[in-house]
Amino acid sequence: MAARTTSRLQLDQATVRRARSLARKVGQPIVRLARQHTTVSVERATLRLAGLGGADPDGTPWVNRLLDSVRADVPLEHGVALPVWDALLRGEAEDLLTLAQKASAGSVRFRLPEGRDATRARSAAGRAVGAGVRRIDARRRERDRMINRHGDAPRQPWVYLIVATGDIYEDIPQAQQAAREGADVIAVIRSTGQSLLDYVPEGATREGFAGTYATQENFRLMRAALDESSKELGRYVRLTNYASGLCMPEIAALAGLERLDMMLNDSMYGILFRDINPVRTFVDQRFSRQVHARAGIIINTGEDNYLTTADAVEAAHTVTTSQLLNEYFAKEAGLADWQLGLGHAFEIDPDLPDSFRMELAHALLARELFPKAPLKWMPPTRHMTGDIFRGYLLDGFFNLAGALTGQGILLVGMMTEAVVTPWLSDRDLALQNVRYVMNAAGNLHEDFIPRPDGFIVQRAHQVLGESIDLLGQIVDHEHGLLDAIADGTFGLMRRPADGGRGLDGVARKSAGYYNPASEILEAK
Amino acid sequence: MSIVRPYGDTTGDGMVQLSFTLPVPHSKVAEGAAVQLANKMGMDPALVAHSRPLGPDHTFFVVYGRVNHLVDTSKVEVVERDYALLTPKEVNAAVKRTLRRRLVVVGACIGTDAHTVGIDAILNIKGFAGEKGLEYYRELKVVNLGAQVSVPQLVDRAVAEKADAVLVSQVVTQRDAHVLNTREMSAAFREAFPPRRRPLLVVGGPRFDETMAADLGVDRVFTRGTTPGEVASYLVDRLAQERKAS
Repeated sequence: MAARTTSRLQLDQATVRRARSLARKVGQPIVRLARQHTTVSVERATLRLAGLGGADPDGTPWVNRLLDSVRADVPLEHGVALPVWDALLRGEAEDLLTLAQKASAGSVRFRLPEGRDATRARSAAGRAVGAGVRRIDARRRERDRMINRHGDAPRQPWVYLIVATGDIYEDIPQAQQAAREGADVIAVIRSTGQSLLDYVPEGATREGFAGTYATQENFRLMRAALDESSKELGRYVRLTNYASGLCMPEIAALAGLERLDMMLNDSMYGILFRDINPVRTFVDQRFSRQVHARAGIIINTGEDNYLTTADAVEAAHTVTTSQLLNEYFAKEAGLADWQLGLGHAFEIDPDLPDSFRMELAHALLARELFPKAPLKWMPPTRHMTGDIFRGYLLDGFFNLAGALTGQGILLVGMMTEAVVTPWLSDRDLALQNVRYVMNAAGNLHEDFIPRPDGFIVQRAHQVLGESIDLLGQIVDHEHGLLDAIADGTFGLMRRPADGGRGLDGVARKSAGYYNPASEILEAK
Repeated sequence: MSIVRPYGDTTGDGMVQLSFTLPVPHSKVAEGAAVQLANKMGMDPALVAHSRPLGPDHTFFVVYGRVNHLVDTSKVEVVERDYALLTPKEVNAAVKRTLRRRLVVVGACIGTDAHTVGIDAILNIKGFAGEKGLEYYRELKVVNLGAQVSVPQLVDRAVAEKADAVLVSQVVTQRDAHVLNTREMSAAFREAFPPRRRPLLVVGGPRFDETMAADLGVDRVFTRGTTPGEVASYLVDRLAQERKAS
């Protein structure tokens, strides 16, 4: 840990270690739980890595059709790999797609192979899925080459802009224009409700609700467009999407295959805000993070969301707690520090006295707790009232806090937040705001040393202390984090472990469970 | 005085400001075009205070000017909401005061409709239009049954949960499915509950007409753009009235 990072808030390193060890204590049982279970989406992601794509004429993906057929004969607890590759070796079909088609027509029976049949099925599955993982590796090397050739974003924080038209063919020119205007990262917001679909839609899509569907083809189209922009602008423009909801593992696999660069991926967001079953979420989350780790993708966590429901001052410590948990889960899944875009947000009521000093304290605390992570700094939304003039000022202060505290990824705030989806002029004004602040005060952090016993330092210590208390309370629950989630500790939501969406797609692994993807991804 | 003009710094000066973008490269022609638009909108004289290119093909303008329109406040028509709009805190307090227990809301998309966008926008904590969904309210117990729920399932669950209100969302309108499904639903509730015990029936969707409530047999119809806060405020208002009546 660099000396700079310990000096500004004078965090006691023993306290920081204690916070991390509590996070580990909270997280370990969850990781155990995740290792013991599989889900339909993990199994479908495995089929996708083996090269099965596309959908039937009704739009149901072949991975869903094939998995459902397998499940009719062989329980999910054994995994999809052995029955599928056993069927291929038995000559039921010449390839995965044909097998999926025949199985959907009801002309294939699956079984759990034993003895030498099982051994052969294992190695065939391993080869097929291994090829998919190698494609992800190749896309990662391709990203490195392009960054070398075109250059990286010229400065930190990276400027992160959103497009969200619902139509991928409208998104593309908007994204390219945003890149020209200075965006280093483009995020395509997903259609409302996609997180609750238990399948990944297929093909290029032109209709979405307040966002564009995440599909493999949409990923490919947008990445190709931004590759053009990268060439034109002489800097690599990154692309972001969302690995969240019921299909997290599959979307992670598609993101790796299509060279996306960042993915929203939070350990608890789906549970708390989408009422997805906790076990389903933790299993899916671990697998998807393993894929992201392999693909060299930076994850963005969703702590900003807690502050949209709870008060940003009272709940500041829940953000720190969640960051510590997200860090533990991420590292356990193989992600490196540079891949942890831990989230936080500028959401304190601007009418409160000293609100900006508190924002600085919270932002600096995150910076110093996670010195090597490219923190994701989210703009005000809750106190954007439609008064665009006041909102523009608030966004300026948000940018200033970002500059003063060395944030890695800055999601550009729009003064028309809560009014319209950003107009061309809104984006231009927002970028002028960012440029002015970075130009005028980008290096101000060199002079910004809070008084050792001052308000900012004390506030940061208080939040860290409360966060340690909360972690201690979670450890004291009989079933730890699952009970804490069930009793409403986070974001005021109560989510019992046996409730929520997607529970019927979870199975406890049998002794003979086999998944080549997990095997490859675990063996780092 | 019901006739007014906009106020800049002097009564009656009619001054307004306006900003917009034209798909025209930044040039003198673009500025002239901006003035022309402002003139046609009733601003005269119009002053382009600021213009700035947005890329090669667009120009952004800030225009100040005087409008020649008069407005008559006595002729303004507004549709008054017949319930008070409450904050989540006020909703929670009102529930505590009137029910002395949590208010139970059961929600679903019925029939074959798989579009949970509407019901989720109202119920999920994530919410809609910057407002948190009903799950966010401490004093509301929300049971979201999701999509493709049959009417008997919905009635059974409403009975089991002792629902105070049932929220149904309908997006698909092919062959008037939304109307038929809603009528079937309201009839089933009428059959299953004595009149005074029946939960409030609320239906929502982009193609409903707010005036159709009686025809559909429901207590309220909400249409496009309805926010969770409006629904929560309505529920609290009606349940408080029922309490008073009983």
